[in-house]
Amino acid sequence: MKFTIQVSEGPYNHQASDSAYQFAKAALEKGHEIYRVFFYHDGVNNATRLTTPPQDDRNVVNRWSALAEEHNLDLVVCVAAAQRRGIADADESKRNGKDADNIAPGFRISGLGQLIEGGIQSDRLVIFGD
Amino acid sequence: MLHTVNKSPFEKNSLDTCLAHAKEGSAILLIEDGVYGALNGSKMTAQIQQAMEKFTLYALGPDLKARGIADKVIDGVKVIDYAGFVDLACENDKVQAWL
Repeated sequence: MKFTIQVSEGPYNHQASDSAYQFAKAALEKGHEIYRVFFYHDGVNNATRLTTPPQDDRNVVNRWSALAEEHNLDLVVCVAAAQRRGIADADESKRNGKDADNIAPGFRISGLGQLIEGGIQSDRLVIFGD
Repeated sequence: MLHTVNKSPFEKNSLDTCLAHAKEGSAILLIEDGVYGALNGSKMTAQIQQAMEKFTLYALGPDLKARGIADKVIDGVKVIDYAGFVDLACENDKVQAWL
């Protein structure tokens, strides 16, 4: 079965990003496909490679990047939500006249259409948020 | 249809709203702080027991354990893990999150 997952809460707030990750991992272990993970609202904060949690804590961002690399996942960050919160890739940084970018490996910035398309192309849309 | 509730019923009214809107026969899964709704001996217990006449109630085991209430779950609430969550999402045609 094909899943699209929406994450609408940043890392280390409550538990939405953790729940979404555990759900995605369990689905992949069962042989299902994750068509896309869409990071929306504060969820875009899951995509900054500059997070430095204590060494004995889970690294929410790196964990998503690792899962994406292992399973070739499409991690999409909402562009409008990202601009508001200072999440940028090289193109976005240049386009907005910023001096740096911070997007983590495996994530890409795109539009809300990607969420809608994910919902259409997948059998289930599962939302994790605040 | 599968409904997920991730807020404690002692903090927000997501569970009440879910119970008021879900159609009979729906599956309701309590996750994150939502698992406090499955706690036996609370002021929510009677409401949950009544809800189980119309719905199937599930609670996510790892989230119960993280909160130290895994052995205090209302009889009849089915405890599942993330693999069980994935199965429920497959068995039901839609997943509605009550946040």
